Amino acid sequence: MVRELTSVGVAGYSVFLLYLVYRLGQGSEAYDAAIGLIMSPASIALHLIALVLALYHTVTWFNVTPKVIVIHLGEERVPAFMIAGAHYAGWLAVSMIVAWAVLGT
Amino acid sequence: MAKSNEPIPWSLFSAGGMLSAILLPILIVITGILVPFGFAPLESLGFDRVHAAVSGNLLVKLILFGFIFLSFFHWAHRFRFALVDMGLRKIKGLIGFACYGSALAGTVITAALLWRI
Amino acid sequence: MDKTMELEIFRYRPEQDSEPTFQTYEVPFHTEWVILDAVNYIKDEIDGTLSYRWSCRMGVCGSCGMMVNGVPKLTCAAFLKDYTGKIRIEPLEGFPVERDLIFSMDDFIAKLKSVKPWIIRKEGEDKPLEEGEYLQTPRQLVEYQQYTMCINCMLCYAACPVYAHDNTFLGPAAIALGQRYNMDSRDQGRDQRQEAIASHEGIWQCTFVGECSAVCPKDVDPAGAIQRAKVASTIDYFKELLLPWGKKS
Ligand code: SF4
Ligand code: FES
Repeated sequence: MVRELTSVGVAGYSVFLLYLVYRLGQGSEAYDAAIGLIMSPASIALHLIALVLALYHTVTWFNVTPKVIVIHLGEERVPAFMIAGAHYAGWLAVSMIVAWAVLGT
Repeated sequence: MAKSNEPIPWSLFSAGGMLSAILLPILIVITGILVPFGFAPLESLGFDRVHAAVSGNLLVKLILFGFIFLSFFHWAHRFRFALVDMGLRKIKGLIGFACYGSALAGTVITAALLWRI
Repeated sequence: MDKTMELEIFRYRPEQDSEPTFQTYEVPFHTEWVILDAVNYIKDEIDGTLSYRWSCRMGVCGSCGMMVNGVPKLTCAAFLKDYTGKIRIEPLEGFPVERDLIFSMDDFIAKLKSVKPWIIRKEGEDKPLEEGEYLQTPRQLVEYQQYTMCINCMLCYAACPVYAHDNTFLGPAAIALGQRYNMDSRDQGRDQRQEAIASHEGIWQCTFVGECSAVCPKDVDPAGAIQRAKVASTIDYFKELLLPWGKKS
């Protein structure tokens, strides 16, 4: 059931993003007040809970990819750790790109 | 045995699951750790920079829209089955309606709000 | 007989018991004994009225599945030495009990039949016998070989929380066996099987808990088979939706 619960974190964060989008449409004062909230201890606590759920989701999601994606090279099946590993590697690369794109440096 | 329309919610669920598996942790790290703890300046998420990036930029809007709406449907599908498996089998139809309905409402709101910027 | 072990066994004799009960037996302990040996010992030496199924004692017939301390196991492959304390033996979960450890397999057999687990050729594409067999390369064999290992032991059904809640679910082994034929290069019957597999009662009930694959004694990986069937059925679905003029067979 923990796996099911992670979806609440997934959607919850998108609600937060949606709120930022809403404030963004209201102009600079409204938005800057909203984004300033992320500095508060309450927001940090919520973020940490969400991070635990998100990582649990990521790990459980990637770990079952070899069950869904079956690749044969010749008569040999590509081993599970390579398929899951490729996802983890891609994840790290994308994460760095996102951090760079969002933060700008 | 009726042919099922489940491929629609299932593909949205899967796409949302994959996107959030890849993107969600880093986003949370950015807004929950890197910026609040001073590893990156708050200005990088400030109005000027974010507004310039989003407004009038269809690609950025589409990415935001896709990420948000797919994570809503990811939640809807998982939550629906979690409730049903918890024994609410009798009101299966209602649960499906409520879950996908909220995801759909969230999707419409997301589109409308992004459109305005 | 130095060391002994206790087995607590589910008993139900419909002609005398209104409710199932548990009966405890003491059996000698031998390191090389599997649980089935202990149950056979009870039947032969202590209580001949105990009913259960078994045949091969080597993990190929699939008939000796029981719940061992709540976990579905082939009792001919579960060693006594891996357990401590009283071992609780019950019939596989999720099936109607007929007597003691024997349950009705009718539901499973009906489901198995509904996926048509045999090679189907399109009309007119059957080769006459004298033209010989349909050939297949080793590469084509590996596509489905894993699924041929299924011994119909039903442990996967006993482990499945979805089947436990709602036995209209087609279930892990039946879907894996449908896939076994769907992925066989000699077969052309996938469309017919999709009626059962891609229905509401089929793959879409599955929430990918993965317990079926965890308990499968033959590494069939029914959970994987179901997810792959979901992907394939989803592709079908959108193809049909987007290309209504596309080839319909
Ligand atoms: S898939 Fe595995 S657990 Fe299920 S019936 Fe076949 S061999 Fe047994
Ligand atoms: S007795 Fe045949 S599989 Fe156990």
